[in-house]
Amino acid sequence: MPMTGLEIYKLLPQTNCKECGLPTCLAFAMKLASKGAELKQCPYVSEASKAKLEAASAPPIRLVTVAGDGLKATAGNETVLFRHEKTFYHKPGLFIRVKDTDAALAAKVSEADAYVVDYVGIKLSVDGFALEAASGDAAKFAAAVSAARAASKKPFILIASDPAVMEAGLKAAGGQPLLYAADDGNWQKMAELAKTAKAPLAVRAAGLDKLVELTEALKKAGLEDLVLDPGARAYGESLTALTQIRRLALKKNFRPLGFPVITFPGEAAGADELVLAAQHIAKYAGFIVLESFDPATAYPLLTLRQNIYTDPQKPIQVQPGVYEINNPDANAPVMVTTNFSITYFAVNNEVEGSGWPAWLVVADAEGMSVLTAWAAGKFDADRIAKAVKGAGLEGKLSHKRIILPGQVAVLSGELEESLAGWQIMVGPKEAVDIPAYLKTMWPKAN
Amino acid sequence: MPVEIPKDKWAGQIRTVTLGATAAEGGTRARTLTVGGEACLPFLHFDAPGAAMPHRPALALEVRDRRPDDWSPLLGQAWGEAMSDPGDWARAAEQAGADLIVLTLSLTQADGSPNLPANAVAVVQKVLGATGLPLAVFGPGQAEKDNELIVPVAEAAKGERLLIGVCEDKNYRTIVAAAMANGHLVSSKTPMDVNLAKQLIILIHDMGMPLDRILMDPTTGALGYGIEYGYSVMERLRLAALQGDSMTQQPMLVTPGEEAWKAKEAKVGEGVPAAWGDWQRRAINWETLTGSALLQTGADIVVLRHPESLARLRTQIAGLMQA
Ligand code: B12
Ligand code: SF4
Repeated sequence: MPMTGLEIYKLLPQTNCKECGLPTCLAFAMKLASKGAELKQCPYVSEASKAKLEAASAPPIRLVTVAGDGLKATAGNETVLFRHEKTFYHKPGLFIRVKDTDAALAAKVSEADAYVVDYVGIKLSVDGFALEAASGDAAKFAAAVSAARAASKKPFILIASDPAVMEAGLKAAGGQPLLYAADDGNWQKMAELAKTAKAPLAVRAAGLDKLVELTEALKKAGLEDLVLDPGARAYGESLTALTQIRRLALKKNFRPLGFPVITFPGEAAGADELVLAAQHIAKYAGFIVLESFDPATAYPLLTLRQNIYTDPQKPIQVQPGVYEINNPDANAPVMVTTNFSITYFAVNNEVEGSGWPAWLVVADAEGMSVLTAWAAGKFDADRIAKAVKGAGLEGKLSHKRIILPGQVAVLSGELEESLAGWQIMVGPKEAVDIPAYLKTMWPKAN
Repeated sequence: MPVEIPKDKWAGQIRTVTLGATAAEGGTRARTLTVGGEACLPFLHFDAPGAAMPHRPALALEVRDRRPDDWSPLLGQAWGEAMSDPGDWARAAEQAGADLIVLTLSLTQADGSPNLPANAVAVVQKVLGATGLPLAVFGPGQAEKDNELIVPVAEAAKGERLLIGVCEDKNYRTIVAAAMANGHLVSSKTPMDVNLAKQLIILIHDMGMPLDRILMDPTTGALGYGIEYGYSVMERLRLAALQGDSMTQQPMLVTPGEEAWKAKEAKVGEGVPAAWGDWQRRAINWETLTGSALLQTGADIVVLRHPESLARLRTQIAGLMQA
């Protein structure tokens, strides 16, 4: 909740000494409010005022970073309850849990570490690992963490309730792992560990009231980078707790709960881990710990996360122009599509996968899908003609034929007029059917 | 000191809509389905204790008047032989736990000839006979054909309180008139836009259709294929409704089953990247997650295609209704 100029003015010395470079304290306050000046320009602000001003300018949900060996996962700093109000900024980190008692630990970490899936040209992967000291043994835990570190540079969450065991793991991990968790019993020792290592600390308590007591105590102990676990696990309880925490932080600027939240969707009795994880992505988790890794669940979950966290103001787009697929020659087909990323990649992936060489002309349709753009008048005969003419294909082709998306078959007549001399072919409606279409129709046309 | 939880107090409430009619009400359904009535955002019961969500979101399964040619083979495996007969299929869907059967009529018959009103009526009667659940009947989605098939269906099933559609901006009058004349409900479908959704409700209501007989289909996209647009349009519609905007207060019906099974991730098992993982699990996850995300935005009826997605969302809804 940013302060107004007048509110800031009340905290300034009000002597108008001009040393800040402005004629009056009020003028300086106004500049501060509009972020046009920095507080340190005034040498005379009291420590008490400074603290108040700094607190007020801090984001309502603290940005917390978990660092591995060069790789990071960051959560927090969200500003809205609903993505359409602005956007969601920091995708919740997806972490895979592995226990130190698991003989296959290194192999499991390696497998998930190497996982990358391509979604409309964006490379998606899991963010890190949650290593659990299930053995309760410091040496075993340290060995497991070292083995995991050898297999992955990604950030870690260390799960141990005994501070001595945690300390051993922390030494082995390097970077700034998230320590899970400080609770009623161990928080002083955990706080020391986190402070020394400059690592973020997760705080677990049953219910918001107890959670607030703990975060207040930890803040007094000098900790700033906290992550919350309100203890709620089941579908209903976790939706309630996560919503309440987000609301308190954003609507009330309630500092004791102004931190990202960690969830464990696999710990809810009788719940479906994937479905609950999806709920946590939509509704307010900052870090999500999954019990196991499987590409068939990771891919949909990563895709959902990508969708929910795209900026609603800007559709993901590709650059208009002509794209060469599989080294096209003069006989290769020419296809047109729009510059909406999802559309472009749907077509590109099919053509590329089929091995067909092709020229793909991407028209500037303001980032809209074929039918949306057509309905909005952004993918009409004129625009397509312009894109084809501007593609610089003259002299590169032995034919004058273009393939339209089947969804806009209605445009072919008009397009024949706008693109005099070209023959317009109507392709299939869905990209999946392009390879079969090319196989039968393109040789016939030639 | 206990934390004081900020509560949302809303001026508006979602309308309650009942589908299906029992014998006592002039139909033949064994039970009816009531949706809507929310006085809070989805599952946030603490905002309006006691009155928040009087009815849980319903799960529907889609069946066709004949075995579809273009559905994923995985759906074929799930329904087996039942898919060849709409009555068997509807019965299987009821056994799988559906609250509602959504029957979609095809453009053509199995032999490729155009679908005919007599066939549509016969199929609807067969499905009504096979299950006691309330029924929705949607046309193939082409204005003229929809009118041709849906009007006789509405007449033949008079009094059943069917949900009929699809009513779109260019094509709502005939279907709305048929629904009014025969005691049915309509589904008002618009392409992912708050104002369009609202406008069509106004137009349908202006024809004299009572608001407790209109459902709103704001259109959704599949996971990975535009779901974020549908998701936010639904959140905005639900917020507008709770803020008191009367013409957005209809319960929402969405079709994640149809959308998700169009996606390559669900449809295709071969020649896809290894990173996509096991086909069967991925495909069902695709549908389940699309539906699950929409439940968070205020979906009142979620239309699915695979029984396992239904079972999984059933558990989530039960859990979310408990808090
Ligand atoms: C998401 C969406 C939107 C989003 C836009 C997202 C975007 N960036 O484009 C939003 C909400 C903004 C939107 C707005 C509108 N929309 Co819209 N929208 C959709 C929706 C749900 C999905 C579109 C999508 O993303 N598809 C996925 C992409 C990948 O599909 P695609 O581009 O068609 O590509 C496929 C094929 O065409 C093919 N292909 C692509 N290129 C090529 C090339 C060749 C050579 C070949 C062979 C094949 C091929 O491959 C792809 C995969 O198979 C559809 C309904 C639906 N379920 O399809 C409606 C839909 C497209 N929208 C529609 C409308 C009317 C509109 C609006 C005009 C509504 C309005 N009045 O506001 C506006 C227009 C925008 C504006 N005025 O600014 C209508 C169009 C109706 C029609 N038949 O003309 C649709 C069909 C909904 C409906 N049933 O009414 N929309
Ligand atoms: S330096 Fe400080 S006290 Fe002096 S005018 Fe600026 S704000 Fe006021």
